[in-house]
Order: sequence, then C-alpha cells, then structure tokens
Amino acid sequence: MVNEIANYLSYEFVRNALIAGSLAAILGAVVGYFVIIRRVSFAAHALAHIGFTGATGAALLALNPLEGMLVISVIAGIMMGATGNRLERSDVAIGMTLSIALGIGMLFLTLYKGYSGQASAILFGNIFGVSHSQIIQTIILSAIGLGTLLAFSRKLFFASVQPDLAEARGISLFKLSIAFMVILAISVSLASQVVGILLVFALVIGPAGIAARFCRGFWPGMITSIVIALISVWAGILLAILTSWPPSFWITAILFVLYIITEAISRFAITTK
Amino acid sequence: MTPIISLKDVGVRLGGRDILHDVTAEIFPGEFIGVFGPNGAGKSTLMRCLLGLIPRSTGEVSVFGKPPGHANSVIGYMPQSRAHFENTALSARTLVSAVEGGNRWGMPWNSPASRAEVERALEVAGAEEYADRPFAVLSGGEKQRVMLAQALIGNPRLLILDEPLISLDPRNQARMIECVANIKSTTGATILFVAHDINPLIGVMDRVLYVAGGHAAIGAAADVISSETLSALYGTKIHVVRAEGRIFIVAAEGNVTEAEHHDHG
Repeated sequence: MVNEIANYLSYEFVRNALIAGSLAAILGAVVGYFVIIRRVSFAAHALAHIGFTGATGAALLALNPLEGMLVISVIAGIMMGATGNRLERSDVAIGMTLSIALGIGMLFLTLYKGYSGQASAILFGNIFGVSHSQIIQTIILSAIGLGTLLAFSRKLFFASVQPDLAEARGISLFKLSIAFMVILAISVSLASQVVGILLVFALVIGPAGIAARFCRGFWPGMITSIVIALISVWAGILLAILTSWPPSFWITAILFVLYIITEAISRFAITTK
Repeated sequence: MTPIISLKDVGVRLGGRDILHDVTAEIFPGEFIGVFGPNGAGKSTLMRCLLGLIPRSTGEVSVFGKPPGHANSVIGYMPQSRAHFENTALSARTLVSAVEGGNRWGMPWNSPASRAEVERALEVAGAEEYADRPFAVLSGGEKQRVMLAQALIGNPRLLILDEPLISLDPRNQARMIECVANIKSTTGATILFVAHDINPLIGVMDRVLYVAGGHAAIGAAADVISSETLSALYGTKIHVVRAEGRIFIVAAEGNVTEAEHHDHG
C-alpha cells in the first residue's frame, strides 16, 4: 500500500490536492477556532452560501469561480462585520440574505450552459481538479489570511472573550470585527475548493469545534484544531484515491466520527463528575 | 483632595431619548461608592459614559483629570453583559489571560511576567481554586469572580463593577462584597459598585450615588437614602422605611419595593 501511495504522489493532481487541502485546512482550523469562541458559526456557514452567487456568476461570465466567490463573500463579510457584536443575534437577517444569495446563484446556474458539472464542483468541491494557477492563488490567499489573523490574534482573542472590557481598553470592536470577517470570507472560499460550498461548514467549524470541546487553553485548542483539520483532509484524500469515493465524503465523514467521539466522551465526563 | 471623577451637569442622550440630565458628582480617591437606582435608570449608561464608551450630550466629565476614555488603562471594568462559553472548554485562567496584554498586536502568547499577573488577579478575586476548570461548568458566583479577576488585570486604580451581585445567592453576595472591600483596603483603589439592593453594601460603602428619573444624587447613605431626596429624584412620593437594620424603598402609590426586588435580568 505504501508503494501505491508513493505512486499516487507522483501525479501532479494528487500533489496539488494535498497542497490546496492542507492550506485550506490550516487556515480553516485557525479561523474556525475564533468562529467558535465568537459564536458566529451561522455567519460562517452563510458566507460560503453567499459566495455561491459569486462563484456561479463568475462561471456565467466565464471568469474564475474562486475569484467570484472571493469578491462576493468578502463584501458580505464586511457587511456582517459592520454589525459588530450584534452579529451573533442577527440570525434572521443572515438567513434571509443567505436564501436570496442561493436563489440568485441557482438562477445563474440555470442561465449557464455547462450546468451540472460546474454546479457539482462548486457545491461539493473538486479538490482533484485544482490547477497550478489555483495553487498559486491558494498559497497567496492563505498566507495573507493567516499572517493578518496572527498579527491581530491577541486583540481578537481579548475582544472575543470580553468585548466590553476590550472596548474600554481602547480596542475598536468595529474594525476587528470587519477584519475578522474578511479573513473568514477568504477562508471559506479556499475551503470551498476542497469540500465545496455545501460542506465548508465541516472544514471551517468541524476541527475547531471538536478541539474547543475539550481543550482548556488557547494554544492547545488552536494546535489540536490544526492537527484534526490536517489529518481529516490528508486521510480523506488518501481514502478517496484508494476507494474512488469523493474526498468531500471522506473528509466530512472523518470529521463527523471525530465529533461524535468527542461529544460522547465530554458528555460522559460531565455526567460522571 | 482632587477628585478622581468629576461630573458637572452631565447629560446623556441615547437613541433620541434623554437618559440622564444634570448629573453632578465628585468621587475621591479610595472611596467605595455604591451606585443604586431602579432598572433602566441609567446606572450602566453612566458607567459607560465614564469609560468614554458612550458620548455625553451636555456637561463636563473628567476621569483622573482627563476626558473619559483617556485613562482607561488604569480602570478595571466588569461589564453587566455576561460571557457565554457553552461551546468551549476554555478555562477560567485562559479567559483571564486573554485580558492581560490583550490590546497588544501579535499572538496571545504570555510571558512569565504576564502569567504572574494573571495568577495575582485570580488570587485577589479568590478564583485560583477553580482557575483550571472550564469556565462553562462554573457556578454563577464562580463565573462572576473570574470576571472580577479579568477587571483586576493591570492593577487598576479605579474599579467599575456593573451589577457584580446579580443572580447571586446571599452567601455569594457577601463573599463578593468582602472580596471587593479587601481589594479596596489592600490596593487603595476607588470602587464604583453598581447594585440593585442597598442593604448588602451598608457598612462597606463610603457614599451612595443614586440614579433615578434621569437625575442622580450623591452623598452619605443616610442623606441620600431618605424620603425627601428619593422623592425629588423619582418625582413621586417615596417612603424610605428602616426596619430590622434594613432599608426598604417603597413608592407611596403602588408597591415598588426596590430593596426586596431581586432582579435576574
């Protein structure tokens, strides 16, 4: 089997899949950890779906779907960020925006001639179809996202944990919130290449949600989140090659199993305390 | 002595509504001020105004001789909004560490000096015993002490505590008050303690700031908590009844009893 894996690694599409998958996993795990702490999971989920309009619109205009998705979700991220700490209470507004975005995306897909193949790639990901230029884009975007986030992660953690006190200490919640949502938009766009728009939630929220369930410190949680994300993406791609079942299925299945195990253990730990 | 906080004819307008007007008060270094008043009277608004988080519409405010917001690094603030961490196992210590050096750029990595400061704050707040347990599983009283520890980071000279007694049972209320009184005597910090019920703070506080009807009165408890002063503030007849060593504030009409009313909101 080792030989078989080594053999597969000689294919460019497999190497590209591993590179794009790893970068999206790392960025998703780090951003997702803050999503969990800030309790904006629904906004993260919505950003991916709103990006669907951009991806299908770009496809319709014969442009790069990733760029289309990036533009639309960054705009939506800025608008969500501008609501500041009211974001976690804006469920209905986010839900309505997400519905119309999906509706418009659906319209674009209908108008677009190459309907089903493109739709499936956007909705469920096409990690083995990542091109060389997309790899370059992914490297640049994840470096920007990760670099910026780490540069203000200390302020962001403080503002996420105790916003009123952070504001009193001179931190602008408004600016932080916008900056974070822009990085979240980049992160969901990259993750959608790996698992698709419909399953972005799993890759951005899954590893961080699992890690946050049992890690008591900031760094243990962050590192566990990254490790879970990388393991599930690598194992997912490997299993996809061996079984020829889609990688999106394997990645979400691995994360779901890990989630169920964590949930069971932490519930058991609470009831026996 | 020069006051730490000085308010002159201060008015605050929020959402087109006058919340406070003509508030005049001076607070001196080392004082323990109990801040009282009915729900929605503007106690929290006044505290946020002192921190510069809400602009005033009229009057003058000075905190440590500066406009509000310019001396916040020496102010510890425990907001009324309570933290939620149901989805995470983040420990109390982690949440207090987040505050230490929290307005610096870079990653939340704490130096030994920072970690010592976190330990100190946890110890002063009496929260070190359960500092490593997840915040989410702590009791209400324990959570409030962790939030007090967050406010204590940086050794503040002024502590603004907004409703630290809310939803605590009498035993935990007494422990919280004792803890704050100790902080005052050991550090000499000035305390603004917002509360709903006057009685638990009698004997601990130096003076009272009472906010009602958009106005505020400051002075010794015996002077401010009187039928005349409160009737003038509320703009309606108020009786102050002293019985069994406790104070009850009762509206002449209806049955508003501030002292007995335990609000969980």
